[in-house]
Amino acid sequence: MSDVVMRAQSVSKVYGGTHALRGVDFEVRAGRVVALLGENGAGKSTLMKILAGVEQPTTGRLELDGEPVRFESPSDAVGRGVAIIHQELNLCPNLSVADNIFMGRERGRAGFVDYAEQRELARALFERLEEPIDPRRPVGELRLGQQQLVEIARALSEDARVLVMDEPTSALSAAEVQVLFRVIRDLTAHGVAIVYISHHLDECLEIADDAVVLRDGAVVAQAPMRDVDLSWIVEHMVGRDQSDLYAPMAFAPGEPLLELRDVVVADPENAGRLAVRGVTLTVHEGEVVGLYGLMGAGRTELLEALAGRNEVVSGEIRLAGTPLTGLSIAERIRRGLALVPEDRQRDGLVQALSVGRNLSLAALGGFLKGLVLNKRSESAAVDRMMSAVRVKAAGPDAEIGSLSGGNQQKVVVGKVLMTAPRVIVLDEPTRGIDVGAKADIFALMAGQAKEGRGVLFATSEVEEVLHAADRIVVLSRGRVAGEFDPRTTTREDVMAASGESLDDPTTNGGRR
Amino acid sequence: MSTTAKERTDVERDRSARISERKRGWGEFLLDQRAFVALIVLVIVFSLLSDNFLDPSNLVTMTRHVAYNAILALGMLLVITTAGIDLSIGSTVGLSGVVAGLLLQGWELSLFDTTAYPAVWVVVVISLAIGAAVGALNGILITRFNVAPFIATLGTMYIARGAALLISDGATFPRLQGDPALGNTGFDFFGTGRPLGIPTAIWIMVVFAILIGLLMTRTRFGRWVYATGGNERAADLAGVPVRVVKMRVYMISGVCAAMAGLIIASELTSAAPQTGNTFELNAIAAVVIGGASLAGGRGTVKGALIGAFVIGFLSDGLVMVGVSSFWQMVIKGLVIVLAVMLDRGQERLKEARAAAAAAQSLRKDLAAATPPSTSHHER
Repeated sequence: MSDVVMRAQSVSKVYGGTHALRGVDFEVRAGRVVALLGENGAGKSTLMKILAGVEQPTTGRLELDGEPVRFESPSDAVGRGVAIIHQELNLCPNLSVADNIFMGRERGRAGFVDYAEQRELARALFERLEEPIDPRRPVGELRLGQQQLVEIARALSEDARVLVMDEPTSALSAAEVQVLFRVIRDLTAHGVAIVYISHHLDECLEIADDAVVLRDGAVVAQAPMRDVDLSWIVEHMVGRDQSDLYAPMAFAPGEPLLELRDVVVADPENAGRLAVRGVTLTVHEGEVVGLYGLMGAGRTELLEALAGRNEVVSGEIRLAGTPLTGLSIAERIRRGLALVPEDRQRDGLVQALSVGRNLSLAALGGFLKGLVLNKRSESAAVDRMMSAVRVKAAGPDAEIGSLSGGNQQKVVVGKVLMTAPRVIVLDEPTRGIDVGAKADIFALMAGQAKEGRGVLFATSEVEEVLHAADRIVVLSRGRVAGEFDPRTTTREDVMAASGESLDDPTTNGGRR
Repeated sequence: MSTTAKERTDVERDRSARISERKRGWGEFLLDQRAFVALIVLVIVFSLLSDNFLDPSNLVTMTRHVAYNAILALGMLLVITTAGIDLSIGSTVGLSGVVAGLLLQGWELSLFDTTAYPAVWVVVVISLAIGAAVGALNGILITRFNVAPFIATLGTMYIARGAALLISDGATFPRLQGDPALGNTGFDFFGTGRPLGIPTAIWIMVVFAILIGLLMTRTRFGRWVYATGGNERAADLAGVPVRVVKMRVYMISGVCAAMAGLIIASELTSAAPQTGNTFELNAIAAVVIGGASLAGGRGTVKGALIGAFVIGFLSDGLVMVGVSSFWQMVIKGLVIVLAVMLDRGQERLKEARAAAAAAQSLRKDLAAATPPSTSHHER
């Protein structure tokens, strides 16, 4: 077809040692919506960032209107008519809505800003989005969904010919999604090309004209959307059977160990909003519970509340019958509840300390002899743990930075195990680690459960809950959206529960 | 529910939220305006304890003392709003004074075997340029070499002080009034001149405050300063030239410091290399008392000015009342700590109130909504 506005030709991207994209060819056509589909880590966001000038391709090239282009920066791309709505919100909470929309492209003359004009333009944009947000309000005061609309308004104000939307609806209500879809149809009617990414596959089916599926950084399938259905998408997204990756299940649950009742947690990033809106669930002895949910479902916030890092607004958490309310992180660890955090670089490891020092960090109390650390018992315990979690390192004195991501993660898990927990809570334990280390981590989790401990892990990858959990709990918008037995359920069921179904009355009312 | 009805309720909700904010009462208002309240309290307390505190001549004198600290605070405000810090300004005060002193005493040009006596305006321009150069050095270290602002400006703090000591060989340049025969008189104007009966230093403070105020609130650059401090990554992605913004704020801070150095040298008609030692701490304190956040993105010219007045009036007032200089330090420290504690307290109050409101509306929604579908739970 001749209406190709933008084209990526055999684009590859290498980060460190990993191939995020391998020779991707991708076309964007005027007046059409192309949905870019794939699991986490398939390379969708990388491709989007390259299209929008945030990243440069390692090899390969971009074409705009048939001419090769190189975007030096996002604003360079915007100057040539390619805009992006980022997955993460990129807003300044201290500035007003109008200031954020025109940030970097302020209206006015001679360096002075014409605030009145900006306010008027912003107001018109929100009229189009059917959400009357006062352009003068500071963005930090808006709820998450409104902040996302500010991002969308900003992209609209750029009058792009190619508009890249990376998870534009992750914080929108069903009604707001429908408004966005009307805006998208209006844009395509005027010849704008849209690249659309969403975890919500039903959204892609509804709005997109074409489907392109990425897996492991390569395009594995593409077709007009009218020729495909949900199972076609999921089949190509998941690809090969991954069941050999996961340890066999040994489910013999005992007494309830960890009980949550109507737990409500405030959103630590956005004052005045709730991340978890009444979650009730139980983890038994010897059980691995998988918590599945999309971005913004409240997984991390819930787990950090369990560990004592986030404040619980209401509801109750009990560990082996004792309420944990008001206990500090250290006291919770002592009582047997420990968290493997989502971001191991930031929250899990002390880069300046060696592998051994990191391992023993949370359990130093056990090696105290009076006021002095007993180095010999410490290093003996460190050696035992290093072989137990199968860390591949030169020795306990190796630098943390010298380890691969998977081995770093094993150190974090080992650190938690050294505190002799009764319940182990893991947040995205396999993020950014290779397949072999993934298998090791899941084997470790299963092994801990076999010894009678409770394991609760959160993930955004369906395959992981289906294969590594004894029971699946799906979170959506801060609530439990369903519970499944992995032996009898399908990934479609789990994915469907995690997405917001359009006719669910509770999601709409609950967000206002 | 029709869209227009939804819009209307949303608008009403927005409006009522704003009204309820206004109705939060005097306590909240006073907390919000705490720097100004503190200033008023200081004035009242000292006017009760000292008979001549409120004398117009005393107020003018105290304001003159405030002036150079306020100018330093204005530069520091820009830097802190970008989430940076500038520890070098105290040294720049000393360096610019010494440079002015050197030039006014006569600059020996050995190459031409002569001594140059530049006119005062040339001296001023060169001194301010030296300040800008120190700022540029800070900016380069921070934006090109990714040195943390604290460390970069700590380094230039020593470098600038060392340069001032080297230029003056550790001695003071005296008698900077100039010599009519050499055509370089008039430098004392900054320190002792009184156009329209008000000391020049105060005029300079007012002009700097108005210029920086306009810069912060009316210009694109001002927005960029707030954006850089509010969320640097977002600003960068939106095309804000973050590096240029940082470079410029450090240069402006350096110019402000050099101006303060000129005022002090002019007041004393002499320039000592040690001048300005620890002035950066007063400036930081003034900016923080004025409600700016060291995390960036928040701060106003009005606040920084009030902060400078609080610190200046407190120092002078304590002297007038006869408090020992040791206690003065303790009291000044307590005021700074209290200011930051109130700031944190106010933030936490806001967060707690917002979380409570959200939980409240959730309970209402849960009560109103039909029970969610339970088909998945039946297993």
